[in-house]
Amino acid sequence: MSLVDTAPPPTPLRLVDHFERGLDAPICLTWELTYACNLSCVHCLSSSGRRDPRELTTEECKAVIDELERMQVFYVNIGGGEPTVRSDFWELLDYATAHHVGVKFSTNGVKITPEIAQRLAANGYVDVQISLDGATAEVNDHVRGPGSYATAIRAMQHLSDAGMRNFKVSVVCTRQNIPQLDEFKAIADRYGAQLRLTRLRPSGRGADVWDELHPTPGQQRELYDWLLAHGEDVLTGDSFFHLSAYGQALPGLNLCGAGRVVCLIDPVGDVYACPFAIHEEFLAGNVREAGGFTGVWRGSELFARLRQPQSGGACSSCQFFDTCKGGCMAAKFFTGLPLDGPDPECVQGYGEQLLAQRADASGLPKHSGDHSHRTSPPRPRTGMGPVRLTLTRRADLSAPPVSACAEDPLAGFHPEASARSGSRPSAERTN
Amino acid sequence: MDPSAQWRLHPQVSVRPEPFGALLYHFGTRKLSFLKDRTLVRVVDELLQAPDAIAACDRAGVAAENRATYLRALETLAASHMIEERTA
Repeated sequence: MSLVDTAPPPTPLRLVDHFERGLDAPICLTWELTYACNLSCVHCLSSSGRRDPRELTTEECKAVIDELERMQVFYVNIGGGEPTVRSDFWELLDYATAHHVGVKFSTNGVKITPEIAQRLAANGYVDVQISLDGATAEVNDHVRGPGSYATAIRAMQHLSDAGMRNFKVSVVCTRQNIPQLDEFKAIADRYGAQLRLTRLRPSGRGADVWDELHPTPGQQRELYDWLLAHGEDVLTGDSFFHLSAYGQALPGLNLCGAGRVVCLIDPVGDVYACPFAIHEEFLAGNVREAGGFTGVWRGSELFARLRQPQSGGACSSCQFFDTCKGGCMAAKFFTGLPLDGPDPECVQGYGEQLLAQRADASGLPKHSGDHSHRTSPPRPRTGMGPVRLTLTRRADLSAPPVSACAEDPLAGFHPEASARSGSRPSAERTN
Repeated sequence: MDPSAQWRLHPQVSVRPEPFGALLYHFGTRKLSFLKDRTLVRVVDELLQAPDAIAACDRAGVAAENRATYLRALETLAASHMIEERTA
């Protein structure tokens, strides 16, 4: 028996059992710092765009970091929104790493200047994940918006120039970009980065485009074979364990970690079972409560329930249940499928059958708290640019104008001024 | 891996005790490892004080007949840079 196991290789059942029962602290967690974002990606799983006025303050964020340090959470995956648009982002990043909480943050690259890249490269406890959903501008910008490809590539160039190695290029796999897997790998290699592929979830705005964007069954197979061929060179964040039902398990834990080994803290401090399930059904509590994050992680009834042995339901008779475990809870929930049944993208095709039998999509659960830009995609900032103006008082008014009723009978009467103006004509008359 | 050499936990590795053993995280390689046995956690703890890896096993209370298993586990940890050789 081997006494050591490294993740990603698959782990023996005993350890998985421990994880299924949950740990005293998450192995890692996702923390979305803000709902504000400069982009409006069509598949945004947190429906981000506008900042929420209730977002955690700098001091509240630091208190959460203190707790994570006490709980020995090794690192947090920071996202958003676009986390770097928070003015205190770099301060929080330094605070976390100084308190032994590593930071891996996802960004579209908008704030990665050469100077910032230098600073990031110098901090051994920071990892950067640049989001890119197309190996060409055409495919990427279709999903992430005009100019976003160029922004991401520029950020990668800056990181690479600063000597940052093994940062991540993070790709959400879609019907449009699965034919580009080799090109993505080439881009990552070119900048000394590592490729990370993740699954498109029908969460947030992703629900609106899932039918159009999610990979076809043929593409799922192509992706699985590609992942097997590349092994541990390519990261997946354990997102494709539903594909393990093709046969050989993919590298990783291959289990749904929701509320057991992972969770999400959203910008207003709400704690959800997983980053793909922002819905009150999966809301465990809030870090602002008396017990803080620790209290939610250890005391939440929802998490206790998720740590119970789960029923395989309709899947338990399937010979692949042990490898795929019924797939992704959030994917089932937001497509309206029962949680104890097959994943909508079940590789055996059981999910597709169920999707076809649904009455209609109108009753599907909706993401809690939509923060999308009100004009989505946001209006491009082109044209004349900002209007420059200076606010001053009118020189001839000593007070703001008022209505006729409130007008003082002496308004506008200045004894000295009228004396002057009265004297001038008389002076003229004398000439 | 040389079991008669002096070893230590890599300085960039953080250890979190768990009921089943411990979680190890390497901030340099960003890899996670699981120690699935509390005795192994003790062996890793003892590395820094012990003159060599074999002595670390003894100090952790590993029976002689089980030593090979624990040295193999240390070898896996050395291969993933979780532990490294130290100079006196």
